[in-house]
Amino acid sequence: MSGRPVIVVGGGLGGLWATLTIAAAGHRVQLFSLFEVMRSHSACAQGGINAVLDTKGQHDSIDQHFVDTIKGGSYLANQPPVRALCEQAPGLIRTYERMGVSFSRTPEGLLDQRLFGGVKKRRTCFAGASTGQQLLAGLDQQVRRLEAAGQVEKWEWWEFLGIVRDQDGHCRGIVALDLRALGVQAFRADAVVLATGGLGQLYAPQTTCSTNATGAAASRVWQQGARFANAEFFQFHPTAMLGSDKTRLMSEAARGEGGRVWVPRTPGDTRDPLRIPERERFYFLEDWYPAYGNTVARDVAARAIWRVTRELGLGIAGGDRVYLDLTHLERGFVETRLGAILSIYRKFAGTDPVTRPMQIFPAAHYAMGGLWVDFEPDPATGGLRVGSARNHATSIPGLYACGECDYGYHGANRLGANSLLSASFSGRIAGAAVATWLAGLAGDCMALPAAPFAAEVARQEAINHRLRRGGATENPYVLHRELGALMTARVGVVRDNAGLDAALAELGELQRRGARLGPGESSPWANQGLVRARQVLDMIELARVMAASARARDECRGAHYKPAFEQALPADSRPGDARYEAYRARWKDNNAQWLKTSIAEWYPDGPRIRYEPVDTSLLPPEEPRDYR
Amino acid sequence: MTTIELCVRRQDRPDSRPYWQSFRVPAGSGANVLALLMALREDPVTCSGERVDPVAFEHNCMEEACGACAMLINGRPRPACSAQVADLASPVVLEPLPRFPVVRDLMVDRQRLFENLKRVRAWIALDGPWDLPVSTPRIAPRQWVADYLYSRCIHCGCCLAACPQFPDADAADAAGFVGPAALAQVRLLNAHPIGRFARTERLHAIMAAGGLSDCGNAQNCVRVCPKEIPLTTAIGELGRASTLQLLRDLFGD
Repeated sequence: MSGRPVIVVGGGLGGLWATLTIAAAGHRVQLFSLFEVMRSHSACAQGGINAVLDTKGQHDSIDQHFVDTIKGGSYLANQPPVRALCEQAPGLIRTYERMGVSFSRTPEGLLDQRLFGGVKKRRTCFAGASTGQQLLAGLDQQVRRLEAAGQVEKWEWWEFLGIVRDQDGHCRGIVALDLRALGVQAFRADAVVLATGGLGQLYAPQTTCSTNATGAAASRVWQQGARFANAEFFQFHPTAMLGSDKTRLMSEAARGEGGRVWVPRTPGDTRDPLRIPERERFYFLEDWYPAYGNTVARDVAARAIWRVTRELGLGIAGGDRVYLDLTHLERGFVETRLGAILSIYRKFAGTDPVTRPMQIFPAAHYAMGGLWVDFEPDPATGGLRVGSARNHATSIPGLYACGECDYGYHGANRLGANSLLSASFSGRIAGAAVATWLAGLAGDCMALPAAPFAAEVARQEAINHRLRRGGATENPYVLHRELGALMTARVGVVRDNAGLDAALAELGELQRRGARLGPGESSPWANQGLVRARQVLDMIELARVMAASARARDECRGAHYKPAFEQALPADSRPGDARYEAYRARWKDNNAQWLKTSIAEWYPDGPRIRYEPVDTSLLPPEEPRDYR
Repeated sequence: MTTIELCVRRQDRPDSRPYWQSFRVPAGSGANVLALLMALREDPVTCSGERVDPVAFEHNCMEEACGACAMLINGRPRPACSAQVADLASPVVLEPLPRFPVVRDLMVDRQRLFENLKRVRAWIALDGPWDLPVSTPRIAPRQWVADYLYSRCIHCGCCLAACPQFPDADAADAAGFVGPAALAQVRLLNAHPIGRFARTERLHAIMAAGGLSDCGNAQNCVRVCPKEIPLTTAIGELGRASTLQLLRDLFGD
């Protein structure tokens, strides 16, 4: 087979799109995954994928999708990539359709669209309430076809441990761990794409993320010199189920289809919710944000739930929980549109959301920040120069990143149903960039000397050896649980500098305890404790960059909320009012200081953070976010 | 908080002998089997007081979307995440999913499932993954409702573990029964406006040895599917389609 060898790490939407694109350009892809690729966390996305089709009679437009996304992210996203994302979304949807994805239909047999958060137009394509699983299945089938044809080779049950660089500093391969035989092995490639997903496990168990969403792979390349951007921006999904093992997602689609969030008006009201009359219910999102109501953007909704429970003391039975109510909706409609999440709630909470309101609370969900990646704007369109080798290139030449592990599209807060879109789009753009990179690349990874590969294998084996040498006093599962509790308490929905200083000190202590960490088991085969121990060490490193980046940013922007630095919108004011315009002026002053991307670089004594400007060339920051 | 007794069939390596161990694990209200296994691995001590290696098991989403954690729970194949302990008889008996080679303890290798998807050509042959400036055919809402059921497969393997015709791991040969999961995908893809272009090839694949005719109609698959996919309906529809295909093969279209 011709073409150059390329490695893709991760088999969710981003990794599979990169694989398809690189293979279509004639190159050989080795696809690495911790498990069979369709187990990836993309399968958990429920509600849908945004694309402007304008089929609902609402005069939707690509421009509006772009504006909603940029403002939803508090202007922190670089604008040319977002422009290209919105422009290419409809084409992507049609390609998914060709793959056989079972999108829900209108009575006319066209793609149906539903409402999602932070927007006023129905723009979200969906496949019932299991959209991510359906998209992943469509891509998985395409990759299996290439696998059967010999163009793609899957390496499932391997964990990425690190990259290998040649004498010019170019990434020329990876070192990975065989999760069964536990061997450490080097693999050569002329380019490497990381599509390793999110890092919600830093907040476990208070997270909607899968247990493999540890962020360990991103942490490892960060520790090897790749830049990490906007680490302080992490999304808490407003509506997750309660749970001690996991807080499972209840899709924003529940609200998009008409679900209402409320609490009893009387603190500590313990009546059955069905017996609380309408006038004694507080629909606080509708009250506080009448223009958007229950589908206000996620950061705003999560903070509103925080306020109503923690500050106003109105949580159900005085606790951390509010109602998400579907009981007023027509049963057949709800079953057709939301069946998959109704089934999850019934199985895990034991009650039926069609007849009883669900109980929910915010939980750690999505990393807006991630590995820093480049882009090349196209001045002609305002979007991206598609095929530029700069797009999705990390700060290490030859190493690309796409999907949730990059920082590209969502600024300070992601809009619902933009993640399946950005994962798909970025995988494809990264794949096209790799093809261009390879065309201009001199030399062949197969001809490189063995030394750098052997050195990285030895470094990784030494870590395994240290963890397994015996005498360990710390258990990986216990340490992970403590990390999750620390992050949830101190680097959560609401932040303050004293708490963040404490978080950094406590993370330092966890890191010291990490030196005494072992796998908690001796098995030489499929030793899961060894794998988790390695991940926990790298998760602590990532937690440090998140906490340090949050400590350094003294403002409120999107999901990063420090009340001490809040500039509240003046109540009952509108654009043109003197008070509103004075607010706008303060907001612009704050942007002059803080509208910038944070860039973290790894040093043994802790992350160092600097800032770079945001490309706001298409939509200058003139209009503050206002969902009232 | 109650205490649950777990009896786990363990196996250290693919080629070693299985053995049993029992554990007592505290369970909060609403606990599921996966939560018990996660609690156990922090402090794995058997009922006889012996400290052992934690039980190896597979899991990822913990919300019945990824299919990873399927195992045999009190004799029934099902995802461990959605198996509520309160609904289970005590002691809770955990075994690896049958019909698949054991990797370690409750982890199995489900590669056979994916090989069978290749056998039935469970994909749509795109010209390429690039966008095309054309719209795709409409699909009637009624057809969507029927098709969507089959697109909910999470590849957990429960239907294969329950199927008396699906070959045992050690007896597996390339021509053995493909099983209900792959057949349901043929049903789904053959209905798609573009997927149907390869309908004949997929029908031929399931008319060959190890195909549709190996189904013994035990109906176990449809009873254990966690996503309530109407697998036997798919097999019935494919039976009729295969008969028509046979006639087309004999007499031409």
